[in-house]
Amino acid sequence: MFIRHEFIERNAFLLLILTLITIAIGGIVEVIPLFTIETTVEHVKGVRPYSPLEQRGRDIYVREGCYLCHSQQIRALRDEVERYGHFSLAAESMYDHPFQWGSKRIGPDLARVGGKYSSEWHYAHLINAQSVVPESLMPHYAFLADTPLETADIEARLRTLRAIGVPYTDDDIANAAADMATQASPNADNAELLKRYPKAITVPGDGRVVTEMDALVAYLQVLGTMVDFADPANENLQQ
Amino acid sequence: MADAAVPTAARTPDYNEDVVRKFVIASVFWGVVAFLVGVYIATELAWPQFNLGLSFINFGRLRPVHTSAAIFAFGGSALLGTSFYVVQRTCRARLFGGEALANFVFWGYQFFIVMAALSYVMGFSQSQEYAEPQWHIDLWLTIVWGAYAVIFIGTLMKREEPHIYVANWFYLAFILTIAVLHIGNNLALPISVFSADAYQVAAGVQNAMIQWWYGHNAVGFFLTAGFLGMMYYFIPKAANRPVYSYRLSIVHFWSLIFLYIWAGPHHLHWTALPDWTQTLGMAFSVMLWMPSWGGMINGLMTLSGAWDKLRTDPALRFSVTAVGFYGIATFEGPVMSIRDVNALSHYTDWTIGHVHSGALGWVAFISFGALYYLVPVLWHRSGMYSTRLISWHYWIATLGIVFYISSMWVAGIMQGLMWRAYDQFGFLQYSFAESVVAVHPYYVIRMIGGLLFLTGALMMAYNMIRTVRGPTAARDTAPPLLATVAGE
Repeated sequence: MFIRHEFIERNAFLLLILTLITIAIGGIVEVIPLFTIETTVEHVKGVRPYSPLEQRGRDIYVREGCYLCHSQQIRALRDEVERYGHFSLAAESMYDHPFQWGSKRIGPDLARVGGKYSSEWHYAHLINAQSVVPESLMPHYAFLADTPLETADIEARLRTLRAIGVPYTDDDIANAAADMATQASPNADNAELLKRYPKAITVPGDGRVVTEMDALVAYLQVLGTMVDFADPANENLQQ
Repeated sequence: MADAAVPTAARTPDYNEDVVRKFVIASVFWGVVAFLVGVYIATELAWPQFNLGLSFINFGRLRPVHTSAAIFAFGGSALLGTSFYVVQRTCRARLFGGEALANFVFWGYQFFIVMAALSYVMGFSQSQEYAEPQWHIDLWLTIVWGAYAVIFIGTLMKREEPHIYVANWFYLAFILTIAVLHIGNNLALPISVFSADAYQVAAGVQNAMIQWWYGHNAVGFFLTAGFLGMMYYFIPKAANRPVYSYRLSIVHFWSLIFLYIWAGPHHLHWTALPDWTQTLGMAFSVMLWMPSWGGMINGLMTLSGAWDKLRTDPALRFSVTAVGFYGIATFEGPVMSIRDVNALSHYTDWTIGHVHSGALGWVAFISFGALYYLVPVLWHRSGMYSTRLISWHYWIATLGIVFYISSMWVAGIMQGLMWRAYDQFGFLQYSFAESVVAVHPYYVIRMIGGLLFLTGALMMAYNMIRTVRGPTAARDTAPPLLATVAGE
């Protein structure tokens, strides 16, 4: 030993400081460059903030712990790309506070579930998964269809997200409540909504009250659909 | 060092044993709760009807109750309790901060556990693995943890022994690092001060890296460093031998805490996390094998010359088997962190099996060993009520672990192979649903393994209740466990 360890272990304060330094290094080296290296998140067209209804659906997804059974991260492996679609890009979760990549697949990956099934299928599946997939292990989420969505705090939510980097405009925030109602009413005029949130899917709610399930389905239907991989401008996805 | 490993009880200061007793009771209680909830959610996975269509017992809400109860409630209470016991004995000093502060840490920590569990079942979660509680609960834990650090460090400062014993290095690293990780990973902006909801400050790929920096080091520092502290006190005490190698403990302590913190990215192989970060995570995870086995060797070799005690002292058998499982899990971990192995193992039940060989085999077993040692000492009994019951607990729990991890190995590797299987025409051979059906028998076996483990824990609880209710020892002269053995 070139340093006498005896000296350290006789001095509680020194032991504390040296321990702190030792455990700090790895985290600093691995985390900080991810914020500073520009290529960490690819520049692709199409990724936009979630519409108010999608974001609320995402809140439900987070609250219920869906990530415990469903990943949202298609790895760059041949079979995954064939099963689920193009491997996930960092840019596709750049507005995900928090990220929901998950670490276990008790059910399939959901990173590109958007548009794969009809909204009606999602309602049926969430209410009773075994009615459409007999092998499924998924719990029943019928209660989401009976629970009206808390909508009063939507502006506060978007403002909070804006404070931590999601580029909602004043216009987005002012129209948040209206956009949310529009996206859950199949017969409403959704031109304004689509201008703010391209590709937002209107869900077939009952038109009277927006439920938590409406929001969740709107979220599921946008997952993985924002980037157009047929667009040649998006071909260079090198990090 | 040999002196410090086995401190003499010639002159005993007035230790605060009351708070240790409370933590011991809490640990046994939460252990049973954690295993019970674990068995229940395993049942839900085997037969989804057990979700009963009730929101508050859905798998998604109960799974964090299980993990938090196992890690923070059962493991945490065992760690806080033993650290208070060990730091007083090895420093020959009463806990810093007096009775009130120690009681605040105990009740504050229990309050945190109850708040967290209730919040999950009521539908509040920030869905960051092993860091699910919302911001106000996180804030409360920060205060309690700060008080805990003050007590522990304060006691180190006022110690009567010149050296800080090796167990305390590990406890100290555990306390400091958990504080850093907890704060770093829970930076969230509430939507209003009156709302439980908040959004994580980091997003996407950065959030992923921070989460697994936290998540892997919750394993590294909560479930490893802390319990190594436990190992370094209770194995030498129960075996009545000094720690095998002083030099090895220095080398493996510093290398372990330095290397562990880098290992997080192995949870994110092949994802959108940049390759350089994944490669660093993999390289450090493989290196981590060495200091991990340094700890295992130091623990096992401490038994040199005292291996015969395993025949007569089933509590020590728990501790030693724990070190064995630690060795297995810390070999399996580096293997799974290799990118090409991870391509198969990630997202499958192999990971769940790996976690449980660590959690049941290492964390729970080393805790059981310490708890069986502590109960007679703390309640001044001549020994545990029944040594035979400890032996039954040992074998039933071990059998439970074998059921659990072997079924998860098979299920996990099968899932991984089915997901990547191609048929003769070059198409994916299996639908996802087919892989779900295929693992059903293994989910049932896993549930049975959990049931065995729970049964063992109930035996332990019964044994401890009978011990505490039994007669007080006349004097604490003989080593408590040996006395029981002689009686058998």
